[in-house]
Amino acid sequence: MNPQESVAKPRSRRPIRVLIAKPGLDGHDRGAKVVARALRDAGMEVIYAGLRQTPEDIVEAALEEDVDIIGLSILSGAHMVLLPQVVSLLKKRKAHRIRVFAGGIIPDEDAGRLRRIGIRAIFGPGTSLESIVSTARKIAGSRA
Amino acid sequence: MNPPPSGGNRPRKASGPGARLSPTARAIRAGDRRVLARLISDVEAREPATRSILEELYPYTGRIPVIGISGPLGVGKSSLVNLLIQHLRGRGKKVGVIAVDPTSPFSGGAVLGDRIRIQRPAEDTGVFLRSMASRGHSGGVSQSTREVIRLLEAFGMDVVLVETVGSGQVDVEIHEIASTRVVVLVPHLGDDVQTMKAGLFEIADVFAVNKADLPGADEAAHHLMELIRTAPAGEKWHPRIVKTSAQIPLGIPELWEVVEAHESYLREGVPGEQARQRRLRQELRDLVTGRFAGELEDAMDRDPALDRLFQKVAEGTLDPYRAADRVYESLRKR
Ligand SMILES: Nc1nc2c(ncn2[C@@H]2O[C@H](COP(=O)(O)OP(=O)(O)O)[C@@H](O)[C@H]2O)c(=O)[nH]1
Ligand SMILES: [Mg+2]
Repeated sequence: MNPQESVAKPRSRRPIRVLIAKPGLDGHDRGAKVVARALRDAGMEVIYAGLRQTPEDIVEAALEEDVDIIGLSILSGAHMVLLPQVVSLLKKRKAHRIRVFAGGIIPDEDAGRLRRIGIRAIFGPGTSLESIVSTARKIAGSRA
Repeated sequence: MNPPPSGGNRPRKASGPGARLSPTARAIRAGDRRVLARLISDVEAREPATRSILEELYPYTGRIPVIGISGPLGVGKSSLVNLLIQHLRGRGKKVGVIAVDPTSPFSGGAVLGDRIRIQRPAEDTGVFLRSMASRGHSGGVSQSTREVIRLLEAFGMDVVLVETVGSGQVDVEIHEIASTRVVVLVPHLGDDVQTMKAGLFEIADVFAVNKADLPGADEAAHHLMELIRTAPAGEKWHPRIVKTSAQIPLGIPELWEVVEAHESYLREGVPGEQARQRRLRQELRDLVTGRFAGELEDAMDRDPALDRLFQKVAEGTLDPYRAADRVYESLRKR
């Protein structure tokens, strides 16, 4: 058996695990907490890592916690720096399995570029919790 | 002859240290963090394939201190864990941390928030922190916790800290797995009675009165002292009280000193060996009851005859005692 692979294939009995973090320097995390609770209420295990995480912190935590998804909340406008850093660190660590979604105020043209580098979903301020939950499920389901 | 209390789990002939290990077990021994992270998930999911790896790694375990940190929500357990990690790292110790939070009984999901308070350099490989949800099934989380502790030890950690919220039976069960049990309280905690009811109080080796930067810490420590004094004697170890503040910070080296004093008390002789044997016996019981419970669940899922028995109880045509007899008989015949 290849030790890098899961010990056993069927992952059915395990809840989807999501790391929610807020990179960057801006202050409050109400939105991120609301999303965390919605995912919990949908039966997921949400590791809430809190504010001011660096991309390195986030990726190490995601690997340690063996999550399926990283959800990042960004309001500071630094999304075009921080999100690509997370994606490239995941690539560097050969963690292609881990999907990333982002929430925050992200202009359309940026959103397009972020999708192209591998951010799976981008949620603007008006996105309903139901749609975040169902997208998270879909993203996790597509995990290789 | 008794093995020395801290002598670890003795190897069996077939798979002792030196025997050829499977690639996964070897990766754990070599300190591969990714393999450890995946294996913990598999252990948590109770994947049958983890069994042989746990067996292989068992001889490398049972030697290190396992420190339970429990107490009501918000008393500062994670903040103390954070400082204990720093303290231990400063002394060159590698630290495994398991932070258990309750699974919501309604959704089966959980928000695991202990990482917020536990910050460390991302590049420090001398720490491995894992958040675990209690995941409903009785006995299951205790067994997963024991196994994750073993994985962390086989991986090379010198100490494992286990944080649990101190409410409810499950938390007491997890806390009991530890070799030294620290219960964290704060001044003016109106519901410390609640904590006692939950059974945590009786099994504490060390009390940390945290938030000692706030008024009332001395009174709380005195009050605690009175309670301990009236507790049934007989055990040689008298629970110790340490005032701490994760805010200032204050009392962290002292807290660890007392924990170490308890660990060396355990190493010195009979009580430690008795405690070790008690824990192993409890684990064996959990493993066996876990298998029976699993069989029962399987049978209930698959066997329509059992389902009909439940129907009859629901309709009132059969009493639950006789129904239980029949379920029990049918399981024994398998
Ligand atoms: N004043 C004060 N606050 C503390 C202390 N330790 C923790 N806290 C605060 O108490 C809250 C809960 O802390 P946390 O470590 O998450 O508690 P836990 O739920 O027991 O793990 C946080 O806001 C901490 O900043 C302390 O020693 N003094
Ligand atoms: Mg905590």
